[in-house]
Amino acid sequence: MTAGIRPATDTRKQAMLHPQVQAYWQEIDCGFQQVADVFEECLYEALSTFSREEIKAYLEAARVLGKLGRGPEPMLAFLEEWPSVATAIGGDVLPPVMGLVRAMQKSPNGNAIAPFLQTLAAVARRLQSAEQLQFYIDIAQDLMVRTTGSIHGHHTTFPSPGLPEFFARAPFLANMLSMAGVRNWVEYGVRHYGNHPERQTDYFKLQSADSRAVLQRERHGTLFADVERRLDLYLRALWRDSDQLVPYSTAFDELRKPIPYYDSLGLRVPDVLDDAHGPGGTVSGLDRYRAVLAHMVGHRRWSRPQIADNWSPFQRMAVECFEDCRIETLLIREYPGLRRIFLALHPKPVADACDPETTSCLRHRLAMLSRALIDPQHGYTDADLLEYARRFHELLADHAEAGTTEIADLALAYVAKTRRQSDQLAKVHFDDTVIDYRDDNRHLWQYIEDSDDEDFFDDPDKKNKKPSEVAGLPPRHYPEWDYQSQTYRPDWVSLYESLHPSGNPADIDRLLTKHAALAKRLKRLLDLLKPQDKVRIRYQEEGSELDLDVALRSLIDFKGGAMPDPRINMSHRTDGRDIQVLLLLDLSESLNQQAGGADNASGQTILELSQEAVSLLAWAIDCLGDPLAIAGFHSNTRHEVRYQHIKGFSERWDDTVKARLAAMAAGWSTRMGAALRHAGHYLSARKADKRILLLLTDGEPSDIDVADPESLRADAKKAVAELDTQGIATFCLSLDPKADEYVREIFGKRHLVLDRVARLPEKLPLLYMALTR
Amino acid sequence: MSNQDQYKVHREPFYQAQGREVILYEAAYAARLPVMLKGPTGCGKSRFVEYMAWKLGKPLITVACNEDMTASDLVGRYLLEANGTRWLDGPLTTAARIGAICYLDEIVEARQDTTVVIHPLTDHRRVLPIDKKGELIEAHADFQLVISYNPGYQSLMKDLKQSTKQRFTAFDFDYPEAALETLIVTKETGLDEASAARLVKIAQAARNLKGHGLDEGISTRLVVYAATLIRGGVAPQDACRMAMARPITDDADIRATLDHAIDATFDPSPA
Ligand SMILES: Nc1ncnc2c1ncn2[C@@H]1O[C@H](COP(=O)(O)OP(=O)(O)OP(=O)(O)O)[C@@H](O)[C@H]1O
Ligand SMILES: [Mg+2]
Repeated sequence: MTAGIRPATDTRKQAMLHPQVQAYWQEIDCGFQQVADVFEECLYEALSTFSREEIKAYLEAARVLGKLGRGPEPMLAFLEEWPSVATAIGGDVLPPVMGLVRAMQKSPNGNAIAPFLQTLAAVARRLQSAEQLQFYIDIAQDLMVRTTGSIHGHHTTFPSPGLPEFFARAPFLANMLSMAGVRNWVEYGVRHYGNHPERQTDYFKLQSADSRAVLQRERHGTLFADVERRLDLYLRALWRDSDQLVPYSTAFDELRKPIPYYDSLGLRVPDVLDDAHGPGGTVSGLDRYRAVLAHMVGHRRWSRPQIADNWSPFQRMAVECFEDCRIETLLIREYPGLRRIFLALHPKPVADACDPETTSCLRHRLAMLSRALIDPQHGYTDADLLEYARRFHELLADHAEAGTTEIADLALAYVAKTRRQSDQLAKVHFDDTVIDYRDDNRHLWQYIEDSDDEDFFDDPDKKNKKPSEVAGLPPRHYPEWDYQSQTYRPDWVSLYESLHPSGNPADIDRLLTKHAALAKRLKRLLDLLKPQDKVRIRYQEEGSELDLDVALRSLIDFKGGAMPDPRINMSHRTDGRDIQVLLLLDLSESLNQQAGGADNASGQTILELSQEAVSLLAWAIDCLGDPLAIAGFHSNTRHEVRYQHIKGFSERWDDTVKARLAAMAAGWSTRMGAALRHAGHYLSARKADKRILLLLTDGEPSDIDVADPESLRADAKKAVAELDTQGIATFCLSLDPKADEYVREIFGKRHLVLDRVARLPEKLPLLYMALTR
Repeated sequence: MSNQDQYKVHREPFYQAQGREVILYEAAYAARLPVMLKGPTGCGKSRFVEYMAWKLGKPLITVACNEDMTASDLVGRYLLEANGTRWLDGPLTTAARIGAICYLDEIVEARQDTTVVIHPLTDHRRVLPIDKKGELIEAHADFQLVISYNPGYQSLMKDLKQSTKQRFTAFDFDYPEAALETLIVTKETGLDEASAARLVKIAQAARNLKGHGLDEGISTRLVVYAATLIRGGVAPQDACRMAMARPITDDADIRATLDHAIDATFDPSPA
């Protein structure tokens, strides 16, 4: 290709075989050797499909593309691709296509013309209508306009970084998403990375995590993530199975086209399934999942591994086919309604679709047999097929459950009976032979001779596992609320959890001694708190006190001649406290500031004061016996939110915990939402009447990668609302004197602003007691 | 005694034994040992007691306990009347006087101080002190105390006290296994066996979800309801949705799963 361009005259005069082609070649006046090489071939294809008019338009467009000054690629791509575009959706779309080409040429986006034309045919084949293609062109145009030259305020000088990448991935996108989905996916990329050339490129290359996440969100069909619970319930309710369901990606694995399977780690199913529209009716994505699961459950119940060493691949295929049908027959016996779903998903091969003279028909035969075994109305007439269907049903009829071994014998007999020379042919008939709700049957085979294989059988995944998945604690991804679009940005924030480093526990004990007087006062309050949580029970016939209201009412009734209510007493009951608290500490840089105020004579930093306060609180809560967890957080952009574990709910208030508190340090920023969500994730797993998240902070949410102050506030507010729906009460104690501007917005009434920070050690435990009284 | 007659079970209730509970109960009654029936709702506990009362020819007094119930509701109370007060026996007192089997249904629902009043009746003394009247009633020789208790759904707070539990002999009830439950449904409603078996299958599917979004599975009682509806001409799938799936949950995912179980069991298309 890079051989260089020969003298122009040579190429333009290149001899074509056909005189008409020669004339056309002259017409388009092209000097590219690469084009000359394929021109004749392209034209033959064009001539076979296009009318005279269309040929003219085709050549004219090609000529224009050759004159853009962008090398041979645009022209080459067009000449090669256009006939199949026109076949897929008609030639009428040529004007808009050329319109977009011209627009790119006029803007600095000429580099995207070739990618556009190169993938156009694949996109068109997928879209199947001129209307849809127009939609596609509009999306591209919009992307181009909004991402071109907007960097640093310059005008239309820089080409769109995302546009060529978008075109390159367009066939993939069109496969995965509806055009509306493509538009949303593009919209997200433009909105978030409009000003960020590298990130924009990553996004449109489908390389960034959020790009893939948004794609996943927009996919058509039934997403595994959306029906996971239903599938769990299905397994449990109908099959008493509770194995792990593990989705595998279908989006990024076009080539291998993975098939469901199961192994020691769980049942592997695709991450999305479209509704299936077949001659047997429509099956929803959810029911397709159920069919996949039922089939695998059946194998787990009724299949036994077979020694495979002595069987040929054909024999194994037949055994798998018979075994699959046996399993489904048993499944249908359990739940007759499954037959409808299986039959709607099972292909029904046409009896004489495969020519055994020229093609290997083994797959075709087996698919028909498979259909016949589960479909009483199959309608096939082949004698062998009918005989084996009969024997199959006979074998399964007696309830002494014929197992895998017996069915394998039948399968081998079938292969022996129906074998043909042509089964060995390289050309295999594939149409209507794929039964996609069936798993890959890897569980069915055992190899005794090759010990490597045996290992492989034990852990089939070993070979595929990426090392990165195993190494280190992976980040958790959390969404973030985008208040401008009122949507979540999925998997936006990466949160790393780690154990807080340790210091000297004696430091904390020293702090506690320093506050001994305060501790003593608190202790008195704590003792009061314990028995104070009494509940009054009214309407008691017998009780410890007279309930005056009720007694009077009864007396009036009595005096009036009516039946008085004898339940005029009340009693008390002491309830156990059932409270779990998570204390979340803002450990951002600002904590290192000295706390102001006249009563802070010793000039302590906010961090030091927080340390004292937290120690006292932990001690106090320990006295009360409420389970308490403590964690700190700070952030350095959305890619790095650090969540540091200081005390777990079940950890004792001892030297290990005190040592971690002693090492408390501050730095970086305050990305509150993710930390709240992560803390909530722990709290929601706890069982208690009251679950409280207590946040101690000295400022508003902020981070260095976010300029708009409203943005992280809105996200924190959203996080608080999420916690609320999970039954977790969030309370914020703020040390920022200017907090009034925003705390209410985020936390509603549940906040307290402490403006004399020096009194924090005293206030925090008191606050807690007041909250939980 | 007409008072006894009033509480007698006159016609034989249908009860399908699940095991040896009938003989064992007779033995417990012979020794007048108190009995505790444990098991989920609608599994046949009440029916069993009714049947035993009939078989033994003893009167039966049933009290459905609730959280507002006090000791007086069991023992009795003075009623105030214009010209003084009048004592009225509670059901427990009545049973102790006339020699009935007293069945306290869902005893844990009652407050803990209430349960204490049954203690003296359950040990060798077999007496019931009525504090307010200053009377001590010796239980009739035929009197027996039976309580029911569903360990499933109550909170930890509501568990029976050990000191109460340890005064009873106990039977563990559960939903019968499929064949037996099918039989119960056919006999109770006259539904054909194949359909009854399908109803039971659906009920079992729901029971598998206990603890995974369902507090209780579908009870035998609800299966009987569905069967009754089908006998009354309702289409099976409708009957199942109405009597078995809808009552037990508002959770959309669970409902979808049960609906699927119903469709998968009663195949809508011809086989
Ligand atoms: N063994 C059985 N024999 C006959 N009928 C039964 C049996 N088990 C259950 N049933 C049927 O189930 C229905 C409910 O049973 P029953 O009222 O005895 O339940 P229960 O265990 O007392 O429930 P709850 O705890 O809600 O009071 C009965 O009316 C009857 O139709
Ligand atoms: Mg009952």
